[in-house]
Amino acid sequence: MSRLTHAISRASRWHLFLMPLSLLFLLPLLQMVLASFTSNADINRFPPRFIPSALHISGYVRLFRDAPVGRWMLNSAIVSGIAIVSHLILCSLGGYAYARLSFRGRTVAFVTLVATIMIPTQMLMIPTYFMFTHLGLIDTLGAAFVPFLTSAFGVFLMRQFFLSLPKDLEEAGRIDGLTTFGVFFRIVLPLARPALATLAVFTLLNSWNDLLWPLIAINDPSKFTIQLGLINFQGAHHIDWQELMACNVVATAPLILGFLVAQRQFVQTMSMSGLKG
Amino acid sequence: MKHGILISDHEKAGGGGARRRHAATGSGAALAAGSDAGSGAGFGAGFAADDLGGAFGPGREKPKWTARRRRVVANLTGWSFAAPATLIILGLTLFPAGWAFLISREHWNGITPARQIGWDNYRLMLQDSDFRSAVNHTVLFTVLYVPVVLVLGMFLAIALNRKIRFISFYRTALFVPLVVSAAATGILANFVFDQQFGLANNVLRVLHLPQQGFLADRHEVMWVIALIYLWTDLAFSVIVYLAALQDIPTDCLEAARMDGANRWQQFRHVILPSLAPVTVFVGVWETISVLQIFELVLTTTHGGPLGASQTVVYFVYNQAFNLSRYGYGSAVAYTLFGATLVITLGLFAYARRSKIEAF
Repeated sequence: MSRLTHAISRASRWHLFLMPLSLLFLLPLLQMVLASFTSNADINRFPPRFIPSALHISGYVRLFRDAPVGRWMLNSAIVSGIAIVSHLILCSLGGYAYARLSFRGRTVAFVTLVATIMIPTQMLMIPTYFMFTHLGLIDTLGAAFVPFLTSAFGVFLMRQFFLSLPKDLEEAGRIDGLTTFGVFFRIVLPLARPALATLAVFTLLNSWNDLLWPLIAINDPSKFTIQLGLINFQGAHHIDWQELMACNVVATAPLILGFLVAQRQFVQTMSMSGLKG
Repeated sequence: MKHGILISDHEKAGGGGARRRHAATGSGAALAAGSDAGSGAGFGAGFAADDLGGAFGPGREKPKWTARRRRVVANLTGWSFAAPATLIILGLTLFPAGWAFLISREHWNGITPARQIGWDNYRLMLQDSDFRSAVNHTVLFTVLYVPVVLVLGMFLAIALNRKIRFISFYRTALFVPLVVSAAATGILANFVFDQQFGLANNVLRVLHLPQQGFLADRHEVMWVIALIYLWTDLAFSVIVYLAALQDIPTDCLEAARMDGANRWQQFRHVILPSLAPVTVFVGVWETISVLQIFELVLTTTHGGPLGASQTVVYFVYNQAFNLSRYGYGSAVAYTLFGATLVITLGLFAYARRSKIEAF
């Protein structure tokens, strides 16, 4: 009996610590959602209340009327979509080459590639801005996605995965008469699904949430990504908190829903990398 | 197809004899070079040989030609896989990195022609009190934040690593903020820490504690930003520690328990040492990312009030893209890169000296 109570108290000690902490972590998000449904009159009332007296969707109505939020979401979706597809193709091709193929200059190229991971983006943004100006990319959606076409980290990730694959299947494919490309597309890529999923999550998070680069490269409101739209929206209007929180919810919801659906994959991705810069 | 593969297999399997026979010819050399780099090379060589099989019949009558062709085809295949990613990455990093260094030695506003001024931008930096206070904020932030995130991350990972009820709820709750963008976090933080109707002051009011200025208070602003950053970032270290904890073999812990180690001793002598490499990794990672903190500052305070939350990267951004001082901005960015590199290498050297294999 005493052992049982002991076990219970030991378990509940963790609950006593984890329960309030996890609520604390959720509270801001809950507040965001609640505020987006609270009328501004209610938000500005003193003393403030956490639970609104009535729920209104007028914030969302105003949001979609005042700002091209649909366009911004579409832009973000385009940028992230292109980034993901191109990451999957280019990084797996590159990763496979550096893991399995032998060619002149392989080692030098790979070492240089990995070394570039250390170069911080802040150092690159000024010349990149002028480079893109010369290329006529500034203020186009191209400016937003070109830096996300591929990444040294992605190549590195895929290479590590391919190194861990057993070679037998590839050799079997060879004997069955496949070319190098055939082996890659028919045998290796289907086996790489978990690594590709991880890479896709990594790319989605990086491209969807990026703010610094679109901030520099895009001025035309119709080319804004949702993150850029969000912070411009914050500055442009006298603060309409309900509308702003609605915009926040719209910008954040896709990734949170994605996280809830594919939590395992997200956690896997995090444990393999650091994603926040 | 098969022909080529069989040749290369035969050569591999045939070992000494076959190899010696080809040693004088180029083909043997190609093969030897191939086997140095691993069996992928074997594929390449086989592939090349096979291509020739069709075009040049037996292919062994002109061994030198064959070997060269093989190598060319292997190189072409390899580069056709590697080139797209490699060229894009190098073009978007090495080229601008070199250019940034040139810009950092110029006086340039982006419109009028640049003027070469040598190291003047770097010299100016040393006297610039705004820059110095940005450095102070960043360093203070790093020194305070990184240890906290290491200790909290490790502790939370240990807490989340047990099989108790609601554990998946706890994990989800703690991990969700990781996917919330800096822009959304910043705007949400402005709302939560608003002086009049923000949740934070409201809680203080209910508890009968004095109201705070938070982001509007010069002395509190960096603390509040650190707290917000912790909200979005803590999960990263928790997840990395969690993965490491699950790699600790259970028999180690069991053996410790058998030897009569209590919970603290188990932690001190088994868990802590096996987490050392991960701690170095998380430490380096957090240091690098905290030194580069920018977006949260932009979306909460724009460096204010009165520059009290200006960080180094915010300073770079402001100099370059608000004040059009591109040369000066580049010089600061380069200095930040140098400092980060020194710190990172220093941590690596420390880890190696204390025999922690972090990478």
